[in-house]
Amino acid sequence: MEKAVIFAGFGGQGILLAGKILARAGMNRGLEVTWLPSYGPEMRGGTANCTVVVADSPIGSPVVDNPEALVAMNAPSLDRFEGRVAAGGVIVVNSSLVKRAVKRHDVRAVPVPANDIAAELGNPRVLNMVALGALVRGLDVLPLEAVEEAMEEELRGRGRDKLIELNRRALRRGFSEAEKYLA
Amino acid sequence: MSVEAAIPEGYVKVFSKPKALSDAKYTYCPGCHHGIITRLVAEAIDELGILERTVGISPVGCAVFLDRFFNCDFVQAAHGRACAVATGIKRARPDLVVFTYQGDGDLAAIGAAETVHAANRGENITVIFVNNGVYGMTGGEMAPTTLPGQRTTTTPLGREPRLHGYPLKISEMLAQLEGPAYITRQAVFDYRHIVRAKQAILKAFRNQLEGKGFSLVEILSTCPTNWRMTPVEAGRWVAEHVVKVYPLGDLKDVG
Amino acid sequence: MSRVLMRGNEAIAEAAIRSGLKCYFCYPITPQGELVEYMARELPKRGGVFLQAESEVAAINMVYGAAAAGVRAMTSSSSPGISLKQEGISYIAMARLPCVIVNMMRGGPGLGNIAPAQGDYFQATKGGGHGDYHLIVLAPSTVPEAAELVRLAFELSDRYRVPAMILADGMIGQMMEPVELPEPVEPEDIPERPWAVTGAKGRPKNVITSFDLEPEGLKEMSLALQETYREIERNEVRWEEVETEDAELLIVAYGTMGRIAKTVVRLARQEGIKVGLLRPITLWPFPYEPVRELAERVRTVLTVELSAGQMWEDVRLAVEGRAETPFYGELGGVVPSPKRILEEVRKYVG
Repeated sequence: MEKAVIFAGFGGQGILLAGKILARAGMNRGLEVTWLPSYGPEMRGGTANCTVVVADSPIGSPVVDNPEALVAMNAPSLDRFEGRVAAGGVIVVNSSLVKRAVKRHDVRAVPVPANDIAAELGNPRVLNMVALGALVRGLDVLPLEAVEEAMEEELRGRGRDKLIELNRRALRRGFSEAEKYLA
Repeated sequence: MSVEAAIPEGYVKVFSKPKALSDAKYTYCPGCHHGIITRLVAEAIDELGILERTVGISPVGCAVFLDRFFNCDFVQAAHGRACAVATGIKRARPDLVVFTYQGDGDLAAIGAAETVHAANRGENITVIFVNNGVYGMTGGEMAPTTLPGQRTTTTPLGREPRLHGYPLKISEMLAQLEGPAYITRQAVFDYRHIVRAKQAILKAFRNQLEGKGFSLVEILSTCPTNWRMTPVEAGRWVAEHVVKVYPLGDLKDVG
Repeated sequence: MSRVLMRGNEAIAEAAIRSGLKCYFCYPITPQGELVEYMARELPKRGGVFLQAESEVAAINMVYGAAAAGVRAMTSSSSPGISLKQEGISYIAMARLPCVIVNMMRGGPGLGNIAPAQGDYFQATKGGGHGDYHLIVLAPSTVPEAAELVRLAFELSDRYRVPAMILADGMIGQMMEPVELPEPVEPEDIPERPWAVTGAKGRPKNVITSFDLEPEGLKEMSLALQETYREIERNEVRWEEVETEDAELLIVAYGTMGRIAKTVVRLARQEGIKVGLLRPITLWPFPYEPVRELAERVRTVLTVELSAGQMWEDVRLAVEGRAETPFYGELGGVVPSPKRILEEVRKYVG
C-alpha cells in the first residue's frame, strides 16, 4: 500500500498543518510517511501545498505524479491539481470557496463547505480540520482516531490545548460530511 | 626554549629574552618595529604568567611566522580572519587566553568586517594591531592606512584621497562601538613610547583575564624597506608625520 | 527507540547535537533556515555554543578556530553561502582540522533560487577552494539517512582529520519523515585531540597551520594529505544498490534524485523493464569500482541529476566505455517526477 495526498490552498488556510497531522497519524500507526511542502516566498500570502505519502513499505519518491487524493481548499488549487489525481481517487473540495464542480468522472468528488462548517463550529480557522476529516474518510487508510490523536499531539503544550476539542469536532464533522458522498 | 647560561660571579643579569619567545630568528627586516612589538607581547605574557594557557593567532603578512617566535600554542589564520578564528577558539575554550597579532592590511582592509564585528560583540580577546601604512610582505602596496601623498608601489604618484580613499582610522571607528573595553593607539619609536606601549599591551591582556572584553592596541610601526628609509629615518617619520594623522593615546577605556 | 517526525534541517541539527557538537557558527540563508533556528534554540540549552556570524566567511573561520581548539564544530549554509566559505574550507583542509559543513543546495549559479538543486557537486567533490584537497562528501537521500550521516560525518572527520560535508538539497532540508535519532555520544567516545591548541602546558607547543614557505616542506604536508585521501578511498566508499542483479539499465543518482529513482525502478519493473539503481552515498570518495563492475553487466548507465551533468563525469570515468552513458538532468530547481524519469529510461530500452 502506498497512497499520496496533495493538500493545496491559500497560505493561512492551515494546509501544511493538515498534511503534517496526517503524516504524524501514519507514523504513529507504524507506517512510513513523507511530508513535502512547497516552500519559499509563495508560503507568505500566496498559495501553499504539500504532498503527503503514506505507505506500508519504505517510500521512494516524495514527489508524486498521480496522488490518490487531493484536498483543494480554493479554486486555483482545484484547477491546478484536478487533472493529476489518479483514476479512482478522491477529491475533497472546499465548496465554501470553490463554486465549480469537479470535472473528472473517474474520481470521487467530496464537496465540503469547510469555511461554513468552521464558522458554524465557532472558529473559522478550523476549516483545515474539517477538510482533513473528510479526506481521512475518503482516503480510507487510517482510522479517524489516529488522526485525532495526531492532532492532539500537534496542538498540546503549545498554548493551543484549549483548541483540541474544537479541532476534534471539526475533524468529526468533516468525516461525517464525506460519509454522505462515499457511504 | 633557550638555555640559561650560568651567570659568572660578580655579574648581575640585567637583560634576557622573555620565556615566551623561542630561539627562532626573527624574519623581520632590520629596523622594523615588529621586532620590538613582538618582544613586548612576549614580555607581557611572561609577566602575567599565562604562557601555558595562551593561544596566539598569526595573520597573513610580515607576522605570518609568529608561531615560530613564540613558545605558546598558535593558529595561523587566513588573511584578515584572525578575529573570527580567535572568536572560535575563545568561544570553544573560554579558559584560554587568546590574542591576535595583525597588520593594517590584514585587520583594516580584508579583515575589516571580522574586526568590527568581533569588537562589536565584545569578544573577550586581545588584538595587537601593527600599523605601518603599507602591505609589507607583498611589496609595499597601498594599505587603507597609507598617508595622503605617500608613495607606495600601487600609488607611485602618492596616495590621492579622491582616487584611493582616505587613511582609515579603524581604531577611532571601533572606539565608537558599545562592545569594546579598551581601544588605544601607541608607538614604539623611542624608549618612552615603548614603555607606554608595553603598559597598554599588559592592560589589554589583563582585561581579558578579568573578562572585560575586546581590547585592541594599535601600534604605529615602521617599514624601512618599503618606505625606502633607514631605520632611523623611518622612526623619525613616525614621530613627526604619522602621529599627526594617527594621534596617540587611549580612544576608549571602560576602566 | 521511538520515531520522531522531523524536517531534514531539524533532524540534521538534532543529530549533530547528539554527536557531541560543541560549537556551531552560521549565517542565515534559505533553504536551511530551520537548521539555524533549531541550533539557536537547542544548542545553548545543551551546553554548546551558538553564534550567528557577520558573514559566511567569518562563520567558517570561527569553525576553524573552534576545531583548532579541539571541539566538534560545524557550520551550515546553502550554495551561495558555501561558495563564500571556500577560503576557510581550504585552510581547514590543509590544517588537518576535523569539522562538519552542511550544504543544503539550491538553484544556481549566482543567486539562483531556493528550490532543490544538485549544482554544487563539482564544488563539493573536487575541492571547491584553492589547492589540492578533498572533503569527505556524504549525500543523504532521506531525512533519517541525513541524521545517520551527520553522525558518520563527525566520526570520519575525526578519524582522518579531514573536513566532512553533508551535501543535500532544499527538498531534504524541508521535508519531514519519521526519524530514529542516534543516541547521544558520551564525551569519552569523542577521540582525543592531542594536536589541538589548548595551552602548551606540560607539552611542546601545538601549531595549527596550512603554511610552509619552503617547497619541500609544503610538499611533505601535501603528500601526507594525499596519503590520507588514498586511505579514505580504500576504506570509506559507500553506496546503495537497488535491484541491480538482473538490471539491463542502471540508473546512477544520489540524494533526492536517488530516492526518486527508487520509485522509477519500481514503475519500470511493473512494465517489465529491468532497471536497477546505484545510489552513491559517499560522493567523495566516489564509488568508481561498483559502478565499473555493474557497467560490465548492463547495456546502459543512465545518470540522473539536478544539474547539467556534474556527477556524470565521474560516472563516465568509472564506466570507461563499458556501457553507453546517457544523461538526464534538470536545472533551475525543477525536480522531475518519477514518470518523467521513466520516459528517459524508455528511450534506452527495447
